[in-house]
Amino acid sequence: MSRTARLALFAGSGLVLAALLVWGLTGLPAFGDFQGEYGWILNDVAGSERHVTNVVSAIVFDYRGFDTLGEEFILFAAVMAVALLLREARDERERPRDEVRSEAVRAVGLSLVGPTVVLGLFVIAHGYLTPGGGFQGGIPTAAGLLLIYAAGRYRAYRAASPQWLLDAAEGVGVAAIVAVGIAALLAGGLFLENVVDLGTKGTLASSGTIAILNTATGLAVTAAVVLLCHEFIEEVMYPE
Amino acid sequence: MSFLPYALAAWLFFVGLYGIVTSRHFVHLVICLGVTQSSTYVLLLAIGYRTGKKAPIFTSGVPVKVGAVDPVVQALTLTDIVVGVTVAALLLALVIEIWKRAGTVDPDELRRNRT
Amino acid sequence: MTLVPLVVAVPLLAAAVLAAFGHFAPSRLDNAVAIAVTAAVTVISTVLVFRSSDETIHYWFGGWRPRSGIAIGISFSVDPLVASIAALVGALATAALIVSWDYFAERVPPYFHVLVLVFVGAMVGFVLSSDLFNMFVFFELMSVPAYALTGYRIEQQSALQGAINFAVVNSIGAFMLLTGIGLLYGRTGALNLAQIGQVLSRGPADGLVIVAFTLICAGFLTKAGAIPFHFWLSDAYAVAPAPVCILFAGVMSDLGVHGVGRVYWDAFSGVFARHAAAVTGVFVAVGLATALFGALLAFVQAGLKRMLAFIVISHVGVFLAAIGLLDALGLAGATLLVVADGFAKGAVFCAVASLARRTGHTDELAAHGLGRQLPVTRVLFAVGGVALAVLPPLAILGGHAWLRATFVVTSALTGAAVLRAGARIFLGFGPKRDPLLVAPPRGEEAEVPPTPRAGALLWTPGVLLLAAGLAVAFAPGLAQRAADQAARAVDRPALAAETLHGVPAPPREAGGLSPVRYAYGAAAGLLAVSLAALGLYRRRIPGLVERPLDCLKLLHDGVVGDYVAWLTAGTAVLGVLFAFLLRDGP
Repeated sequence: MSRTARLALFAGSGLVLAALLVWGLTGLPAFGDFQGEYGWILNDVAGSERHVTNVVSAIVFDYRGFDTLGEEFILFAAVMAVALLLREARDERERPRDEVRSEAVRAVGLSLVGPTVVLGLFVIAHGYLTPGGGFQGGIPTAAGLLLIYAAGRYRAYRAASPQWLLDAAEGVGVAAIVAVGIAALLAGGLFLENVVDLGTKGTLASSGTIAILNTATGLAVTAAVVLLCHEFIEEVMYPE
Repeated sequence: MSFLPYALAAWLFFVGLYGIVTSRHFVHLVICLGVTQSSTYVLLLAIGYRTGKKAPIFTSGVPVKVGAVDPVVQALTLTDIVVGVTVAALLLALVIEIWKRAGTVDPDELRRNRT
Repeated sequence: MTLVPLVVAVPLLAAAVLAAFGHFAPSRLDNAVAIAVTAAVTVISTVLVFRSSDETIHYWFGGWRPRSGIAIGISFSVDPLVASIAALVGALATAALIVSWDYFAERVPPYFHVLVLVFVGAMVGFVLSSDLFNMFVFFELMSVPAYALTGYRIEQQSALQGAINFAVVNSIGAFMLLTGIGLLYGRTGALNLAQIGQVLSRGPADGLVIVAFTLICAGFLTKAGAIPFHFWLSDAYAVAPAPVCILFAGVMSDLGVHGVGRVYWDAFSGVFARHAAAVTGVFVAVGLATALFGALLAFVQAGLKRMLAFIVISHVGVFLAAIGLLDALGLAGATLLVVADGFAKGAVFCAVASLARRTGHTDELAAHGLGRQLPVTRVLFAVGGVALAVLPPLAILGGHAWLRATFVVTSALTGAAVLRAGARIFLGFGPKRDPLLVAPPRGEEAEVPPTPRAGALLWTPGVLLLAAGLAVAFAPGLAQRAADQAARAVDRPALAAETLHGVPAPPREAGGLSPVRYAYGAAAGLLAVSLAALGLYRRRIPGLVERPLDCLKLLHDGVVGDYVAWLTAGTAVLGVLFAFLLRDGP
C-alpha cells in the first residue's frame, strides 16, 4: 500500500475505533468512584493475613503471586532473547571506550556508585513495608553498577559484574521463585502457598514467603537490567 | 471533568497508533509502541482511583478503616510496565541487527529492498 | 492435583537452571535436558486428561480459594479438553527439540533451548488459566520467546523484519486485550473469568461490555491470525527456523482461538445469551473468510513455509467457525481439530525440515525433483498433505451442511497445495515453471546448508506426530467423549458455581454423533488429490482468479505500518458489527 492509502485506511478506521473506545469508557464508574470488591477485600485482610503493611506487595508476591512468576519469566525471556539476537561475535579490539574525560564527572559519578546501590538494596529490602520491592529496587541497584561504566572505566565495570555471575544471579533469581512454589507443594500446601513463619508485622522479619520472593525478584531484576544494558553497551558503534 | 483520565488513556492509545502507522524510523516506532502502552497504565490506575483515599500502604498508626485506592490495578500496572520494558529491549535488539544487515531502519525503505 | 502447577513450573524451572549453569555444560546437554522436560510435560498433561475426566480440577495458587463467592487468587481450571491441548504443546515441543538436534548446522546457543522451554511453559499456562489477567501474562510470556525465535537467523534481513512485524502487531493486540481487561475490571471488580461472567450477566449488554468483548477478541484473533489480523503471520512463519515452526504452526495460532472461546464461554455467554445467534454469525463469517482466503493464498505459494503459514491461517478459520457455533458439538469438534490437525501440521513441518536439511531448498520450483532420495520424508509429506485436507471436515462435529461443505473445499485446497508441492519435489512431476506460483521473497528460503546425510532424527518425530494425529482423529468413541466433556464445559452457570462456591457441576451427555463427518472427510481427500493434479497440469490461469490474487499478494508487503492499519480496521469493523448486533434494547 502507498503511504496515502495506509493513512486513509488508518484515519477512517481509527476514528471509528476511537468512537467505540470512548463509548466503552463512558460505561466505567465515574473517576474516583470505583467500588470493586476485590481490592476492598485485599485492603482489609492483607495486613492481618500476611503481616505486611504494603498491600500491593502482598498482591504481587502472594495473592496474585502466580502472575508475578510469569512476569519474572517475561523479563528473563527478554534477557535470553536479546542475548540470542545480539550473539554475533564482536571484535575484541572494538571494546566500548571510556568516554569520560572530566575528572570532576568521574569523581562525582563514582562516588554515587555506593549510595545508588545501597538505595536500591534498601528499596528491595523494604518492599513489603513501604513503597518499593524487588522490581522497583532492582533498577537503582543495576544503575549503580552501570555508573561504574558510565562515569568510570569499562574494565572496572566488567570486573564488578562478570558475565558468569550475572548469568548465575539471573537464573538463580527466577529459579528461586519457582522453587518457593515447589517447596510449598513438598510441605503439603498448594503451589506458592505460604508455609513459613509470618514474623512480626512492620519489621523486616515479617511476611513469610513474600520476603523470600521479594529478595529473589530483586536479584533477578538487578541481573536482568545489567545484562540487557550490557548487551547494548557492547553494540556501541564508533564512527571511523 | 471526571472523564478526563479516561479520555487521556484513549488519546494516548490512538496517538501512539498513529505514530506507528506513519513511522519512518524503527526506533521512533518502538517509542510510539511505548506511548500506546502508556495508555493502558493510565487506564488501569484511573479505574482504581478512589477520591480522597490514600495509597494502599498501612504503616503502623494509620487505621485501616480510612480506606485506600484499589491495590489490584497497581499490581497489574507493575506487570504491564515490565512487559513494556522487555518488548522495547527485544525490538531495539532487532533494530540494531536490521541496521547492520540492511543499512536502513525505515520500514518503507526495507520494502523496496525486498522485491 | 499436585500435578497441575508442575506442567508450568517444571519447564520454567528447567529454563532458569539451564540459563544459570548451561554455559558450563557440554552443548548437547542443553538439548537433552530440554527434550526430557518437554516429554515430562507431555506425560503429566496426558495424566491430567484422565484425572480430570470425571470432575473439572480447580487449582487455586497460593491456596487462596474464593471467599463467599469472590475470587481473591488465581486459578487454573483443568478439564480433558484443555489438558489435551497442553499435551499437544508438550508433544510438539518434544518433536521440535528432537528435530533441532540434527537440523542446525552450527552449534546452537543455549539461549535457544531456554527460550523454547519458556515458550512451552507459557503456552501450557495460557491454556489452563481461568483468570483473565493471568491469561494476559501468559499471552505475553509466550510472545517474547516467539519473537526472538522468529528472528533466530540474524544474518537474514527477512528474518529480522518478520520478527519485528510479529512483535509490533502482537504487542498492539496485547494492549487491546489489556484495555479490554481494564474495562471489565472497572465494571465487575473481578479478574476471575467465572466471576466476571456472574457479575456481567446481572447487567445489560451495554457499550462497555461490547467494547471490552471487541478488544479482547481483537487481541486474541491477532495471535490466531484471523483476517485481517493475519498479515504478520505469514512473514514470521516463513522465516522462523523449521523446528520452531513445528510449535508455531502446530499450536500457537490455535491458542488465540482458544482464548476467544474460553473468554466467551466463561465471561460473556451469560450477558450475550439473548444474542448468541449474532455472535455465531460474526464468528462464522470471520472464520469462513479466513479459511477461504488462507486456502487460496496457500495454493499459490511456491515457498513451502509460506504455504504452510497460509494453511495455518486457513485452518484457524475453520477452528474459529467451530468455536463460533457456540454449542457443545462446536467446542468438542474445535478441540478435536486443534489436537489432530496440530499433530498433522507439526508432522508436515518435520518433513519440510528434513527436506531443507538434505537439499538446502524449501521452494517447490527450485527443489523440483530433488527429493527423490528421501523415501520416508516423501511418504510423510504425502500422508500429511492428505491429512491436512481430511482432518478439518472430519473433526467438525456440528454446523449446517453448507458450512461443512465449504470447509470441505477450503481444506481440500490446503491439502492440494501440499500434495502438488510434494509431487513436484519428491516425484519430479509437472513443469519446472508455473506462472501462478509466487516465489518467496529474496533470501527467505535458504535456511541451512545442505548435507548428504539427513538423519533419521529429522523425520522420526514427524512419523510419530502424524500417527498420533490420525489416532486422535479416528479413535473410536473419542469424538463422543469429547462431545460429552464439552457439554459439561458449556454449562457455564453450573461451572461458575463449582469454581466460586465449590458446588460440584453435574455430569452431562451430548447427543449421539452422526457418522456423516466421515463422508465429508473422504470428499475432502478426493477433492484434494484432484486439485493437486489440476495445479500441476493446468494450462492457463483463469483471468477471473489472477487479478484478485495479484491484489491480495500485493497487500502482504512486509511494511509494519500497513499491518497495524489493517489491525485497526479489523477491530473497528468487529466493534461496529458487535455494537449493532449485541446491544440490549432500552
